[in-house]
Amino acid sequence: MKFRTYLETIEDVSIYPMISLFLFAAVFAFVLYSTFRLRKSDIEEKSNLPLEQ
Amino acid sequence: MENQQIEKFFYDNKIVKQFAIATALWSAVGMTVGLLIALQLVFPVLNFNVAETTYGRLRPLHTNAVIFAFVGNGIFMGVYYSLQRLLKSRMWSDKLSAIHFWGWQLIIVLAALTLVLGFTTGKEYAELEWPIDILITLIWVVFGINLFGTILTRRERHLYVAIWFYIGTWITVAMLHIVNSIELPVSMLKSYSFYAGVQDALVQWWYGHNAVAFFLTTPYLGIMYYFIPKAANRPVYSYRLSIIHFWALIFIYIWAGPHHLLYTSLPDWAQSLGTVFSIMLIAPSWGGMINGLLTLRGAWDKVREDVVLKFMVVAVTAYGMATFEGPMLSLKNVNAISHYTDWTIAHVHVGALGWNGFLTFGVLYWLIPRMWRTSLYSQKWASWHFWIGTLGILLYAIPMYWAGWMQSSMWKEFTPEGQLQYQFLDTVKFMRPFYAVRSVGGMLYLAGAILMVVNLWKTAKQGDFLPEEEAQAPALAKKVVLKGKEHWHRIIERKPITMLVLALVMVAIGGLIEMIPTFMIKENIPTIANVKPYTPLELLGRDLYVREGCYTCHSQMVRPFRSETERYGEYSKSGEFVYDHPFQWGSKRTGPDLAREGTDKLRRMNSWHYNHMMDPSSISAGSIMPAYPWMFKNEIDLASLKAKMEAMVTLGVPYTQDEVNHGSELAMKQANTIYEDLKKDEKNLLLGEEGLQNNHEIIAMIAYLQRLGTDIMIPTNEPVK
Repeated sequence: MKFRTYLETIEDVSIYPMISLFLFAAVFAFVLYSTFRLRKSDIEEKSNLPLEQ
Repeated sequence: MENQQIEKFFYDNKIVKQFAIATALWSAVGMTVGLLIALQLVFPVLNFNVAETTYGRLRPLHTNAVIFAFVGNGIFMGVYYSLQRLLKSRMWSDKLSAIHFWGWQLIIVLAALTLVLGFTTGKEYAELEWPIDILITLIWVVFGINLFGTILTRRERHLYVAIWFYIGTWITVAMLHIVNSIELPVSMLKSYSFYAGVQDALVQWWYGHNAVAFFLTTPYLGIMYYFIPKAANRPVYSYRLSIIHFWALIFIYIWAGPHHLLYTSLPDWAQSLGTVFSIMLIAPSWGGMINGLLTLRGAWDKVREDVVLKFMVVAVTAYGMATFEGPMLSLKNVNAISHYTDWTIAHVHVGALGWNGFLTFGVLYWLIPRMWRTSLYSQKWASWHFWIGTLGILLYAIPMYWAGWMQSSMWKEFTPEGQLQYQFLDTVKFMRPFYAVRSVGGMLYLAGAILMVVNLWKTAKQGDFLPEEEAQAPALAKKVVLKGKEHWHRIIERKPITMLVLALVMVAIGGLIEMIPTFMIKENIPTIANVKPYTPLELLGRDLYVREGCYTCHSQMVRPFRSETERYGEYSKSGEFVYDHPFQWGSKRTGPDLAREGTDKLRRMNSWHYNHMMDPSSISAGSIMPAYPWMFKNEIDLASLKAKMEAMVTLGVPYTQDEVNHGSELAMKQANTIYEDLKKDEKNLLLGEEGLQNNHEIIAMIAYLQRLGTDIMIPTNEPVK
C-alpha cells in the first residue's frame, strides 16, 4: 500500500517521452497507410449506414 | 445473403425518451446552479450564509451536474437511439436499459445531495465519495454489458464509425474512473485519495483531462457522426478521415493530461510530454471538425432554414475553436499567462455551451418530433433559442477572455521600482463587472434552454409517442464469404471485442508510460527532511478545507515566476506535498494562492483569520469570499480522528502509534494554544452566537491555514501582520 518501494533509479528517464513519440508515429503511419488501402465500395457502403433506415 | 430470412423486430424508443427527458431537465438544473454561482461572484450575499449554498459546495455541483447529468444523459440518449438503428437491432436487454437509466438518475441525486452537504473527495470532477464511485462503476458496467450485448447480437455486419467512438468511450471512461477513484474509506462518506501530492495531481489531471476527452468529446463525436448525416440526409464527408482521426484521437488524447500542470512541481519531462501531445491533438480534433462541417457540403442552403442544422454547425465550429485553443493553452508561454485565470473558464464554456450544449439541443430538436410522430411545435421558438443561445455564449465567453487576460496582466504587473503594482484584492474588484456580464450571458443561455424545454413539451403533447418502432432486417450470417484478401480494419470492425481490446491498449499505454516513472523513480519527487505530516488538528482542519471546496477558488501551488514568488514566497517543491491525500493545488485563483499562507511573508494573526472567516468583506473591503458562520458553531470532529490518522498511516504517512492513540489530546492541546491566543484579543473578534470556544471548527481551520507552506521555510522573525 505504501509508496516507499520506489525503484531507486531508472537510467535516463527522458527515454519515456521518446518511447511515446515513436509509438505514436508507428501507430499513426500504420493507420494512415492501411486506411488509404481500403476499397472504395467498402467505404461507400459504410458511410451510408446511418441513412439506411 | 438473398436466401436469408427477414426478421421483424422493434426499436426501443422508450429508453431514448427517458434519457431525453432527463437530459432536458438536468440541463435546466445544471445551468441554473451555474447561473447562481456566477451571480455569487458578483453579489456574495447570494451565498446566503448557509453552508449548503456557498460557492465552494455549489461549484462542484454545477460542474458535476453539467458534465455527468446533462451531457451524461445526452450521451445515453444519443447512443441508445443511434446504436439500435446502426446495428438494426433492439437494445440487448430492456431490463439493463432500465437499470442503467434509473441507476444513473440515482447517482445524480446522490451526488447533488452529498456535494451540498459537504461530502467530497476534493478532486475536481471526481468529487463524489466512494460509495457513489462504486455505484457509478456498477452502472457503467451495466451500460457496457447492454452495449456489447447489442453489438454482439446485431444484424448489421459493419460497425459504423460512431460505434467505435462509443466503444472507445466506454472502455476509457471505465479505466479513468477506476484508477482515479482509488481511495481509502475512513467512514461511509469520507475517504482519502490513495495517491498523494504530485502523484495525486498527475492521476487527477490524467483523469480530468480525459474526462473532457472521453466523456465530453468522443461520445459526442459518435453522436455527431450519426446525427449530422441524418439531419443533412447525406453521408459523412470522408469515412477514411473518420478512421484516421478516431485512432489518432484516442491515442493522443490520453497523453495530454500534464498540460494542466505546467510550471507546477510535476517533473519537467512529464510537462513537456503533455505539451507535445497537446499540440499534436489539433490534427485529429480538426479532422473531426472538418469531417462534420464538410458533411454539409452542397447542403448549406438547408442550414439557413433548418434549426437542427444551425445548432449542429455552431456546435462543430465551437468544437473546432475549443480544440485549437486547448493546444495553444498547452504551450508553456501561453499557459504562464492563462493558467489560474478565468481564461480557462471561458475556454471550457466554449466547449460546454457551444459544442456539448448546442449539439444536444440539435439532437433533441431532431429526435423529439420523430419519436412523437409530429412536427416541432414552434420553429420560431427554436430559432429564437438558437439566437439567444448564441448571444449567450458570446456574452459569456468574451468578457471572460478579456477578464482572464487582464487578471493575469495585473498579477504580473510591477512598478518601475520593482514592486508588485496590484494587491490581489485589486484584481478581484476589477473582475466584478466582467463577472456581471458573464452572468447575463449565462442567463440568456439558460432562458434559451428553458424555451426549448417548453417547445419540446408542447411538441410531445401534440404528438403521439411511438414506444416500439417496427423494423425489418435479415439476420446476420454466421459465416462471411470473403472476396479476396480482407483488409485488417474490416476484420477488427467485425470483431468488436478485438476493437475494445485494441482501444484499451492504445489508451493504457499513454497512462502507463506517463505514470510509472513518476511513481517509481525517487528522483522525480525529491524528499525533503523538513516536511512533516500534519498535526492531528491540522489534519482535521484540512478536511474542513476540502469539505468547503476552498480549492474551487484558491490554489496551493506557487509557480516559479518572479510575480508569484514576490507575491507568495518561495515556489512550491514536489517534496512538500508527500502527505497531501488528496492534493489541493486547485485550478483557478478567484482568491489568492494559499500555498505559503502560514509563512512569515504572508502570516497573519489568528484573530485575522478568525474574523476573516466570519465576515471576509469586513476585513478585506471588496472581497467576494463567502462567510463561514457555521464553523463558529460546529464542533471539531474529534471522534473521527483516530480512524483518519490510521488511514493516513496505511497510506504511508509516518504517524507513530503513540500519536494515533493520543490524537484527540494532541489536537486539543494545539487548539487550546490557538484559543488562548485568540482570547487575548477577544474584544476585537467578530464572535458568533456561541462566542469563542476552543472546540469550534474554526480553530482547526486556523491551525491548517497557519501551517500551509511553513515546512521548508526558515523563520525570519518578521512581525506578524
